[in-house]
Amino acid sequence: MTRWVIALLVLVLGRFRRRPRLDSEARIVPAGTPDRRAENVVLLLFACATLCAAASLFVYAWDAIPNQTQFLGLALGLAFAFVSAACIVIGRRLVVTEELEEDYGTTHPEEEEALDQLVAEGGDRFTRKRLLIVAGAGAGTAIGAALLAPVASLGPVFDVSSLYRTPWRRGVRLVDEAGRVFLADDVEEETFYTAYPEHADREQMGAPLVVVRFKPAELQLPEGRAMWAPDGIVAYSKICTHAGCAITLYRKPTFAPVEPKPALICPCHYSTFDATKGGEVLFGPAGRPLPQLPLAIDGSGELRAAGNFSGAVGPSWWGVRNHGPRS
Amino acid sequence: MRAALVLVVLGLACVPVAAADPPSPGVTHVKVPAGTPAVAWGAQLFGANCVTCHGPNGEGILAPVRGVGDQTGLGPSLVGVGARAADFYLRTGYMPLDDPYSQPHRSRVLFSQGELAALVAYVASLGPGPGVPSPHPERGNLADGQESFTEHCAGCHQIVAEGGYVTNAVAPPLNKASPVEIAEAVRTGPYLMPRFSEKQITDAELDSVIRYVIYTKHPDDRGGWALGHLGPVPEGLVTWFIGIVLLVATCMVIGRRFHA
Amino acid sequence: MISRAVHFLDERAGVAPFFRKALRYVFPDHWSFLLGEVALYSFVMLVGTGIYLTLFFKPSLAPVVYHGDYLPLRGREMSEAYQSTVDISLRIKAGLLIRQTHHWAADVFVAAIVLHLLRIFFTGAFRKPRDLTYYIGLLMLIFALLEGYLGYSLVDDLLSGMGLAIGYSVAMSLPFIGANIAQLLWDGPFPGSDAFMSRMYVAHVLVLPVLIGTLIVLHLTLVAARHHTQFISRRATEKKVVGMPTFPAYAPRSLGLAFAVAAVLFLMGGLIQINPIWQWGPYHVSQATNGAQPDWYLGWLIGALRLVPSFDVTIGHYTLVPNAFWGGALFPLFVFLVLFAWPSLERRVTGDYAFHNLLDRPRDAPWRTAIGVAFFTWIFVVFLAGAADRMFVLFGLSYQGQVWAFRVLVWVLPVAVLFVTKRICDELLRGEVVEVRRKLVEAKPAA
Repeated sequence: MTRWVIALLVLVLGRFRRRPRLDSEARIVPAGTPDRRAENVVLLLFACATLCAAASLFVYAWDAIPNQTQFLGLALGLAFAFVSAACIVIGRRLVVTEELEEDYGTTHPEEEEALDQLVAEGGDRFTRKRLLIVAGAGAGTAIGAALLAPVASLGPVFDVSSLYRTPWRRGVRLVDEAGRVFLADDVEEETFYTAYPEHADREQMGAPLVVVRFKPAELQLPEGRAMWAPDGIVAYSKICTHAGCAITLYRKPTFAPVEPKPALICPCHYSTFDATKGGEVLFGPAGRPLPQLPLAIDGSGELRAAGNFSGAVGPSWWGVRNHGPRS
Repeated sequence: MRAALVLVVLGLACVPVAAADPPSPGVTHVKVPAGTPAVAWGAQLFGANCVTCHGPNGEGILAPVRGVGDQTGLGPSLVGVGARAADFYLRTGYMPLDDPYSQPHRSRVLFSQGELAALVAYVASLGPGPGVPSPHPERGNLADGQESFTEHCAGCHQIVAEGGYVTNAVAPPLNKASPVEIAEAVRTGPYLMPRFSEKQITDAELDSVIRYVIYTKHPDDRGGWALGHLGPVPEGLVTWFIGIVLLVATCMVIGRRFHA
Repeated sequence: MISRAVHFLDERAGVAPFFRKALRYVFPDHWSFLLGEVALYSFVMLVGTGIYLTLFFKPSLAPVVYHGDYLPLRGREMSEAYQSTVDISLRIKAGLLIRQTHHWAADVFVAAIVLHLLRIFFTGAFRKPRDLTYYIGLLMLIFALLEGYLGYSLVDDLLSGMGLAIGYSVAMSLPFIGANIAQLLWDGPFPGSDAFMSRMYVAHVLVLPVLIGTLIVLHLTLVAARHHTQFISRRATEKKVVGMPTFPAYAPRSLGLAFAVAAVLFLMGGLIQINPIWQWGPYHVSQATNGAQPDWYLGWLIGALRLVPSFDVTIGHYTLVPNAFWGGALFPLFVFLVLFAWPSLERRVTGDYAFHNLLDRPRDAPWRTAIGVAFFTWIFVVFLAGAADRMFVLFGLSYQGQVWAFRVLVWVLPVAVLFVTKRICDELLRGEVVEVRRKLVEAKPAA
């Protein structure tokens, strides 16, 4: 029995014996001295990496651990760090660092000439090369255009009229986030409100309004807008005309002699608009005043739009001043 | 070379130091005999600390007046502002304000509790006005508060109340604000802040907002070091000064320079 | 075992000669040559973590109501995209680690590319025959910027939604064609249709990674075909490249760097919070937050957008150049135009059309270094302007004052830096000549 076991062992272990190296073989990689200390360091690093990886498995499995993300990242990160360190030690201490030379490549003039000749000779049966090339290019361009045509279906690239459209028109009631109608008497001074058109999609630039109240004497609206601010209540588009962010800042002076005038401000690039002067730009990069919406107070004291905005809503494009918004 | 580096570092260090809170002007404490009613004590304190800007009877000084010791007297009327506003401005240290043209900001309160109560009582007595609110954030709903805060406050104060910029002013971070101070600020609208009344934000909604603001002092930061909840700016700094520094250091360890 | 594998492959693909050449391929050794690899391994991390995220993320703008454990959002309406990202962050085990690692990897990826670009530029590595490699690299930078922007915009949170509105506005601001391009991309006025999310998703998850991956292969093939550049030394010349072979010297070092990148990114992903979108809340057109910023690599654009004074260029009613165009489109276009044109410009101005396998030290090309430093200073000052509001909140420096200061600095500082840098390079070179002369004199025996 023992003989069979020994025979089996020899057979199995013998397979892993290295082939003997012939002395006459010249070395490719120069010989280097062994460094057992460095090897020990690498072994230690691998061991640490293994421990950390095991720890990360443990952290992952243990549900009750607090700060699990931190421990997971720490364990996994350290595991990689130890392996990285091991590789670096191997690179610097355990393999031979040779300094070899090679030639930088150059060009190959003969091959280039041969290629030129090949192309020229390949085409020398043609009598009207240029014409054929133009024809081929023409066909290719036409096919390319034909293949590109469906790209136009991605969006209304030729018809940008919807950029003028807003959900506001005469008679539309103003509602708040919860859908409650705005009563003129509920609108107070020294604060600001966000309003939406009743029964309309709110997730569009033409929808949200910012509403503020002033004393009528404080208003200096542009010509033709005298009736736009019933009882001193003004409404503007909430979307900045510079780059489309929502205007969610309102500053109001508590003590006018030392504080700046009331203004609506955009938090993205700080375009500042004067709410008493029809949305005129006071500061910041916006190139157009804030579009104002004319308001009216109906018989029941509810705030309604009295028309569409004074200008197109949102960021400018080539046609933004061509005409006003449409309902 | 090293001297230059030291100078540069020192120079950079001076910037935040220079921009830190200027020393408070100091307040004048007034001792009164025991048993003096709060309003009377408050009147004396007011006379010693506030009249330069707010006038002898709190009626305000509406055009600048050169006062004692280079102080410019200029300030709004306090008649009718009530205990609510007085309590807010005094407890946060917004008042007293050294320079009427600068923005009031949170600073060390130099009055004692008794003095504060006296001053508040006096200002409240100047005319009928709102009292100190008593909010109940524990009754509020956190999600409603988040939504309301986003709608009314985040534009200036930032979505997790870390503060921000409004043209010509700072909207301060709210991490030091107490529930009462938040309620007072919302209702009063200090400095450039809008004033939100009960019609616009009901008391129940305000409780939710306050509950959310308290939450933002210790939000869910399970991702690790929160970097002040300021978003991409500190994230970019970390990318370069931690990530890239570590990786370039690794490159320098790995890469050798062959000596000719 | 390895010999058996080699034999197997050589029988089936005839690759032994290729492997032999590849394994003894020579890499010049300098730490700054490893920066491109940092970018490469960051990209690998991005793909790995990114694939994991696609297994959970829902690219859909369909509205849902949140009923999860995070109380501040409970009952709030949000898109499926946002909700799935909140779930990845707060509900799925290891989800937050992978997500944060992915985002840090993106920031580090672009930073490494920029650092690598600076090294290439200031050592003149872009010169023939490597200008094509350089163009491919620039293209990858552009794709990386776009990829990052799309990646964080997919989440549909308040911060990135604001960023998308700005991107839309910049598209709209292109003269003549802006509105048309924007309507095409977004399928209508902002916020566009649900198809826009599909487009962002496919671009971010498939098209751009494949493009970048292909370009990486091309880029590395070109580097290998012509060998890496090197600094001059006694043995290293224009004709001979001196360095260490892939095997056994370079491979463990490169692997070490790869694991180091993974280590740093996982450590950051676990220990440092990034883009906590559950705190920002979902995006709505009518909402915004103060202190909104894009990721760092787009900071130059927000700075530009903030600095440009308020004007639209109009001809009668026709708005030729809306304001956002200058900072959002022309500025980056100009920067990349200069970067693309630089190799041929330099060739033409210096009259030097030769191959260059040896690198310049920055001082060896004083004009290139000076103009380069000035150019990047220009970009950097604009970048700093983007954070001016935070400087105001932190240090009390007036925002309006800063805007004016930056408007002046943006032009004055690069010019000053140009002359200072040129002078420094010239002085350093002159100093070296003096040093060489001194050594020669000292070597002569006393008369």
